[in-house]
Amino acid sequence: MAEQSSVVGKSYEPFEYEVGREKIREYAHAVGEENPVHFDPRAAHNAGFHGVVAPPMFAVVYSSGAIAPAMFDPEVGMNFAMMVHGGQEFAWSDLVYAGDTITTTASVLDISKRDDKTFYVFETVSANQDGREVVRGTWTNIERGG
Amino acid sequence: MEQGEQIPELRVTPDRYLPHRYAGASGDFNPIHIDGEFAQQVGLPSTILHGLYTMALVARANTAAAGGDPRSLRRLAVQFRGMGLPEKEIVVRGTVRAAGEGGTLVDTEAEQEGNRIVRNAEAELAI
Repeated sequence: MAEQSSVVGKSYEPFEYEVGREKIREYAHAVGEENPVHFDPRAAHNAGFHGVVAPPMFAVVYSSGAIAPAMFDPEVGMNFAMMVHGGQEFAWSDLVYAGDTITTTASVLDISKRDDKTFYVFETVSANQDGREVVRGTWTNIERGG
Repeated sequence: MEQGEQIPELRVTPDRYLPHRYAGASGDFNPIHIDGEFAQQVGLPSTILHGLYTMALVARANTAAAGGDPRSLRRLAVQFRGMGLPEKEIVVRGTVRAAGEGGTLVDTEAEQEGNRIVRNAEAELAI
């Protein structure tokens, strides 16, 4: 917990994720998405999309490889036994399609203490192969005690 | 949509194996979600749902309220409180807080048997 403030602003290696159509289908099925633009290429085309569209919350799939090294960074020093996922925010821009390559960069946005809790806030910024931002995520983890 | 209007409720009862499917789909294999014995050893009643799964239900309810176009959900912020459990109905409810030319803000919650598992969720819709 010492020196944690010095890690604020640290950013991590970008993580590249290639979006597969069947991965989108698997995710859409797991969360109960019923809109066929998420699994049927013809339906996606008929709706005016150039391919199968990832549901907005698919962001967790292509971001996870970027956020995990930040959360497990010993310099950040989170105690996972005492940690809960307290909050999450996503702000979406361009859509993500099957076949896209999404590059996500994670950073430590803030670490603060309130009462007996420590709040660890991370940010991820994801962009597609054309360099266009697709989503910005804010991940808040709360550690009790310490 | 107008200020004060309720969005259509979304009701989902995740089955017993849903956390396994969500673990595979998301890549989050934390044993508290997929191993009942492990979950009980760490003081949980059973396996618990992934918070980000419940957030996906909140996203679905808001996207559906906006007409179903995946582009209509611009932003979603949630707070996770309490644990979601499989085999119990989740109800997502929302109320329009503000509606204008810039979009629509919806205050949303997810509740399971009276336990508000997602609170203070704010969705920004492009309608």
